[in-house]
Amino acid sequence: MQIKKTGVAGTVESSDIIVRIEPREEPGVELTLTSSVMQQFGRQIEKVIRETLAELGVESALVDAVDKGALDCTVRARTAAAAYRAAECTDYVWRTKG
Amino acid sequence: MKRLRRSMLFVPGNNPGMVRDAHIYGSDSIMFDLEDSVAVTEKDAARFLVYNALTHLKYGSKELVVRINDLGSGLGVADLEAIVRAQPDVIRLPKTECARDVIDCEREIERIERAAGIPVGRTGMMAAIESARGVLNAYEIATASKRLIGIALGAEDYVTDLKTTRSDGTELFFARNMILNAARAAGIDALDTVYSDVNNEEGFIAEATLIKKLGFNGKSVINPRQIPPLHRVFLPSEKELNKARAIMEAIEEANARGSGVASLNGKMIDKPVVLRAQYLLELAEAASIIPIEEV
Repeated sequence: MQIKKTGVAGTVESSDIIVRIEPREEPGVELTLTSSVMQQFGRQIEKVIRETLAELGVESALVDAVDKGALDCTVRARTAAAAYRAAECTDYVWRTKG
Repeated sequence: MKRLRRSMLFVPGNNPGMVRDAHIYGSDSIMFDLEDSVAVTEKDAARFLVYNALTHLKYGSKELVVRINDLGSGLGVADLEAIVRAQPDVIRLPKTECARDVIDCEREIERIERAAGIPVGRTGMMAAIESARGVLNAYEIATASKRLIGIALGAEDYVTDLKTTRSDGTELFFARNMILNAARAAGIDALDTVYSDVNNEEGFIAEATLIKKLGFNGKSVINPRQIPPLHRVFLPSEKELNKARAIMEAIEEANARGSGVASLNGKMIDKPVVLRAQYLLELAEAASIIPIEEV
């Protein structure tokens, strides 16, 4: 999935996370994360964002995320929504619940 | 035991906090909404959120329902592609006007079930009726698919279609009775509309009492505060419960004797009496499993 423009998803409400994804000229994902629970969950949130982007085949992006205590599934949802928006892609892939 | 549907809690599909907490309030069903509570620009984000919640969070024994956008909006099929794969119990179809709407939705669900390796027929459906035409077609809607677990009244759009407004319930009298009779004739559940004035508990209880008397299984609620008073309305009294237990004991005794006829206090107990007694005991059992607490 190629990031073509800025894509944003989520809000700054409690339990949410706002994820902003932009094109990056160099390969790799550069991530900046701010979180109200940085000490406890910062690493986990970053892991979920990176995993979600990898699953979507995003190889190059600038990511800025502001977390307000989102669950992993919310982090995943907002990251995916922002990535699809940034890639101008609506060809969604949904996996069947295992 | 038959699933009870006294309360169906509306949860806006793009609100992570409410999606996360939806199961703690004691409603019988949770309905994640992708339709009216979600801004047009956020439809994709809500779909991702509800899909991820359904595939990663545990909601216990709650019945999980997702209200999709109608197929005519251009969003409904995209909703189904995600949500059917996340396997909620029921897909709620809004703005159902005729049997064709149900059949078209079912065809898409079946196509996706096959593509996703989900047993065909696993996904239940319910149809919300929200227009004068839909009300007149209530029976053909209720019998349009074996997947249907119930039909529901959506009153806000309906009263607009009638060129009236919500007031004391007079304006909904015909629609409620049509929908209820259609549901019963089809052998499925009937769910009443929301009561929007969340600060008017007296008005809410009056409406809940009315729809229980009419015979509805339950009601949609938009605020968790409405769940305890609603369940209290549906809670059988001790007198009703004692009578129901006595009826069931009499039936068991008659069965033990090998007799096909049972009586209580000199009166013969016929089948409708037994069915009503069973339903009351189910309500009571549900209430004991899910205590009615103040939220």
